[in-house]
Amino acid sequence: MPNMQNTKTPIKEQDPKVRARNFKEVCEGYTAEEAINEANRCLNCKNMPCVSGCPVGVHIPEFISRVKEGDFEGAYKVITLTNGLPAVCGRVCPQENQCEGKCVRGIKGEPVGIGRLERFCADYMADKTADVQKPQSNGIKVAVIGSGPSGLTCAADLAKLGYEVTIFEAFHTAGGVLMYGIPEFRLPKATVQREINNLKKLGVEIKTDMVIGKILSVDEIMEMGYKAVFIGTGAGLPNFMGIPGEGLVGVFSANEYLTRINLMKAYMSDYDTPVKKFNSIAVVGGGNVAMDAARCAMRLGAERVYIIYRRSEAEMPARREEVHHAKEEGIEFVYLTNPTEIIGDEKGHVSGIRCVKMALGEAGADGRRSVTAIPDSEYVIPIDACIMSIGTSPNPLIRSTTPGLDTNRKGCLVVNEDMLTTKEGVYAGGDAVTGAATVILAMGAGKTAAKAIDEYIKSL
Amino acid sequence: MYKILKKRELNSQVTLMELDAPLIAKKAQAGQFIIFRTDEMGERVPLTIADYDRDKGTITIIFQKVGKSTMQLGLMDEGDSILDVVGPLGVPTHFGEGIKRAAVIGGGVGCAIAYPQAKALHNMGVDVDVIAGFRSKDIVILEDEMRAVASNLYITTDDGTYGTKGFVTNKLQDLIDGGANYDVVIAIGPVPMMKFVCAVTKPYNIKTIVSLNPIMIDGTGMCGGCRVTVGGKVKYACVDGPDFDGFEVDFDELMRRNSAYRDDEAESKNHICRLTGGVRHA
Repeated sequence: MPNMQNTKTPIKEQDPKVRARNFKEVCEGYTAEEAINEANRCLNCKNMPCVSGCPVGVHIPEFISRVKEGDFEGAYKVITLTNGLPAVCGRVCPQENQCEGKCVRGIKGEPVGIGRLERFCADYMADKTADVQKPQSNGIKVAVIGSGPSGLTCAADLAKLGYEVTIFEAFHTAGGVLMYGIPEFRLPKATVQREINNLKKLGVEIKTDMVIGKILSVDEIMEMGYKAVFIGTGAGLPNFMGIPGEGLVGVFSANEYLTRINLMKAYMSDYDTPVKKFNSIAVVGGGNVAMDAARCAMRLGAERVYIIYRRSEAEMPARREEVHHAKEEGIEFVYLTNPTEIIGDEKGHVSGIRCVKMALGEAGADGRRSVTAIPDSEYVIPIDACIMSIGTSPNPLIRSTTPGLDTNRKGCLVVNEDMLTTKEGVYAGGDAVTGAATVILAMGAGKTAAKAIDEYIKSL
Repeated sequence: MYKILKKRELNSQVTLMELDAPLIAKKAQAGQFIIFRTDEMGERVPLTIADYDRDKGTITIIFQKVGKSTMQLGLMDEGDSILDVVGPLGVPTHFGEGIKRAAVIGGGVGCAIAYPQAKALHNMGVDVDVIAGFRSKDIVILEDEMRAVASNLYITTDDGTYGTKGFVTNKLQDLIDGGANYDVVIAIGPVPMMKFVCAVTKPYNIKTIVSLNPIMIDGTGMCGGCRVTVGGKVKYACVDGPDFDGFEVDFDELMRRNSAYRDDEAESKNHICRLTGGVRHA
């Protein structure tokens, strides 16, 4: 008899007032009893709607059945059959739009906490020697460019098939957005590195400090004997609004602000990279990155942190849990508002942001409601820093140095359904193809590409 | 890890290092830069590639010990290894076509970059005047090297202790007045110097290339910290530069943005551990 409680088993979180000033993980995870209790809410539906909502097709009812029995290692093994990064996905996937969004239990109450259970299994196995073994090598070399979610997934799947995989990473640390973008309090960096170490156990070699397009071109990599290349270079180029004042001191892209904090650990006193403590910060944008930047600003000691978003809460693209957490931590949401100018003082430092109020219109072709500025509604919010978090574009370094690689007008690589680019043997996936999206969609793309690369190489 | 093969003090503040970096050496071109990180706790710091040797697989960097990270690097010795060196980054210098006569202007440690530019032009058969400015005689660097590639080397010092007393801009103005028909002027040094060189060349419409040095983190276009306004448009010095048309650059904005961490930098310089002499273990 399943557990018919209509709400998810509560999960322990740090007190909002305390956590708003530290970088420790917000959510502390389930205990074994809580996990079993939550697992028992799963009806084990035959048609498995949850699995259809998962971009990497995790066998959800099967792993939850193992959790019910207390076989957490078995559950972990079921998850890792299709998902190489369970500790990451359990924490950062937008489950409400994916697996949990399809869960039958969600019709009358809350869906099963699939993400929480996935995280529990991964964390349970963290300090146990998961018996990852290097598969028998087939001696065929494949290169993966970028070590974010798509690259890691593609590399893992290929390594499991016996390929000799080398990942080329531009930064000094592997992990991509998982390291530089998502903050410690949401995704501990030790967790990411543990997942990457599992990948190394599969025999994947990671070369850091390698900016492909500069130190080596894609063609040169092919000449080095790699039979196929997967490009997972993400969407790293930050967009700015193009409004006056973006060159003032105290205006950052969310990428810069988050990289200083997460990758360079500027919030820790023994690291050299500086990050300023500001009193009053405006973060422009409504996505997960905006939430991350705002919550970091609060943790660095800001008095007031605003999220300025031009539509209303209902249209905000951020994960619901992040918005909820941000509100709890005292972030102030300024909806239906758009900046028109950043104002500076006599020294060229930010002193305010001029905004205009917006009105929502009808839904457009993309399903999103249009917004228009309300005339004569301008006002100024006093701030001393502004973080632009209005999206990113793919990096041109590879496309501009690789003949035969087509991109669309936004600079995204053009691929077919197998993630094959317009160049033979070169595959791509993740944000480099889609523009800024989610960790799990990138992982799904890496998976599809790995399968296609295997078929391609076998056909040679 | 990138081994320091050679270390030479050019003056009390400026150090030259030759690093073992064969892949970078294979691709490096004049005007490009690297980013280094001495150890796990270090910052990522950009430095222009002063020279390279493709056969030996080495690159040369020349840096002034102005902040904590460059001081930390300066404490390292031959045989030590730098944790990270990334490059070659940025777009190589494009001097333009049909150049017969050029002036290459270096200010202080900027001569470290002006010298390879002068060398590149000299090797292209261009008649190169080098104007090298320093505060004082005791900090003159690379004099012999610059003389070897220059048709004329002019050294200026602010205090008149060596060469001509005055600024590089005074010498440039004199040379232009004296009839030097430069096809291109390349200016590398402190931002105010580059700004004033442009003020000299602008009335004569002499193409002037400047090499910018904004604050940056990744060097691949990702952080946007190095954005500069060039011709009214936002450019990223790391991927669009570091060289730009000097007439188009908003130097005042660049100076403001470069001063963003000045107070923190002064503070952090005092924090190099005196017990260990700055040697850290992660």
